[in-house]
Amino acid sequence: MSALSMQDGRAAGKRLRLPFDLKWLPRAIVLGLVAFAIFGPLANLLLWTVAERWYFPHTLPLEYGFSYWAKVFSPRGVAWESLFTSVFIALLAVIGSLALAIPAGYALGRLKLPARGLILLVFLIPQAFPNLPVYVNIARFFYDVGLNGTIAGVVLVHVTHGLVFAVWIATASFAAVDAELEEAARSMGAGPFRAFFDVTLPLALPGLMASGIFVFLESLDEFTGAYFVGAPDVQTLPLLLYTAGAGGNYQIASITALLLLIPSIFFMLVVERFLRADVLSRIGH
Amino acid sequence: MRERTIGLLLAVPAIATIALLYMMPLLASVTGAFETEAGFGLDNFIKARDLYTTDILYTLLIVSASTLIIAAFSVAIAGYLTLGENPKAVAILRWLYRWPLFIPFIVVGQVLRTFLAKNGLMNNLLVAGGILTPMQTMSFLDWRGIVIAFVWKQTPFVTLLLAGAMASIDRATIEAARNLGASRLRILFEIVVPQVRTTLFVGMVLSFVTMMSVLSVPLMISAQSPTMITADIAFRINAYGDYGVANALGMISLIMTMAVAIFYLSHNLKEKAR
Repeated sequence: MSALSMQDGRAAGKRLRLPFDLKWLPRAIVLGLVAFAIFGPLANLLLWTVAERWYFPHTLPLEYGFSYWAKVFSPRGVAWESLFTSVFIALLAVIGSLALAIPAGYALGRLKLPARGLILLVFLIPQAFPNLPVYVNIARFFYDVGLNGTIAGVVLVHVTHGLVFAVWIATASFAAVDAELEEAARSMGAGPFRAFFDVTLPLALPGLMASGIFVFLESLDEFTGAYFVGAPDVQTLPLLLYTAGAGGNYQIASITALLLLIPSIFFMLVVERFLRADVLSRIGH
Repeated sequence: MRERTIGLLLAVPAIATIALLYMMPLLASVTGAFETEAGFGLDNFIKARDLYTTDILYTLLIVSASTLIIAAFSVAIAGYLTLGENPKAVAILRWLYRWPLFIPFIVVGQVLRTFLAKNGLMNNLLVAGGILTPMQTMSFLDWRGIVIAFVWKQTPFVTLLLAGAMASIDRATIEAARNLGASRLRILFEIVVPQVRTTLFVGMVLSFVTMMSVLSVPLMISAQSPTMITADIAFRINAYGDYGVANALGMISLIMTMAVAIFYLSHNLKEKAR
């Protein structure tokens, strides 16, 4: 009796194991294709950054080397200046948009507002229309007031652009913080500012950090606004990349692209630590 | 009453910024589209129609096709992340899918320009693998390249939103359907996707508008006609300083996205009314 049931068990085990192994075949093929679709283009970029000579029909570069890196990062090279300009603009954009988004997000996420839906809609509008016509006309306006071709002009454009993400995420983060905690602090005698800075703000901080990260990256990577408002006087990294690529210099374009990739990939790896599911599910509501 | 005043005061600076630096230029682009040398008229639109009808249609085709492909891919990936039963495969996919998430469009343009070219790594590997001969290789650097670039970049974004929304829905209904013998595909389309519909629409609308605004990808992958309106707008301004036709083209892209935004809002209102 027991031998029979053992045999049954073994047979069942075999029947289960075989399809299990076969199941990995389609999975492996699909995951392999996804991996190729994602890493193939990135591998191509990496190859270009170290290719000294590479032309059709050679599968791989003919010579490898770092001479273009030396050229890009030489003291007279443009990369350092562009990198500094880009990071400086991005930091100012984060400060500007968070200073505007934290009060607005708190009001929209926590307080009873007249026409709250309409106000949320106002912040939807920059995402609901293509930005290009706006940048074209903002450049014209900035030209008249002397902001065209200045860092301040580019920062203002990036703050406006980043405000959408910042306000939406800040609203969702404040809405996700339990209002009773603040009320408890108030009833124990804390003033409204103390309750906000000691209770609500720390709890909403991960979401706010995420919105800061979004604004920083959006600014660092932004091309269109800088192209119309900044160029050619303010040379950010994306503008440098575009100019090099348009001139057919794929090595310098690829090295610049790699510089822009590093912060992007770093933030990609950490974003879910800041943006929790309960905040994500509230975005757009 | 006091709370309302405070709330408004807190929101006013942000609203004012949007009004001054977004709404005003937007209005200027609308009025600019009708400004001609002979006063207000439709000349810019007639010129835009004569020169760019093909590009307008291609823009619509590229952006719509990309949005639908992005939606399909992100439902598939987020669905597998939610319902997948093999923890190892789920973990690998979760690690894989989001690499392009924050890669800027300008970098996507450069990366895919090299990858999809006739002598790019994709064709080179296909030739090296004996699948193609060098004569058979073709460049994808046309409207298809733009679609590939958009899908490559935007799918992780919509997937991230969707996977987040799917993770916060009630597992009990899924388990119940599973116990009653429903297939995972059926659970995905009949239980999971309906519950994250709003998030999916938000992701699709945001992607649609984003793609309508991206200048770098069309400039870098295929700036020659047929291309997207964005590349034409930049060309009108850089080559001719022609703000009239540029703004008319801008208006056309505004109308396209307005249609999408109205669709989203009416859907949202219906949802709220329920």
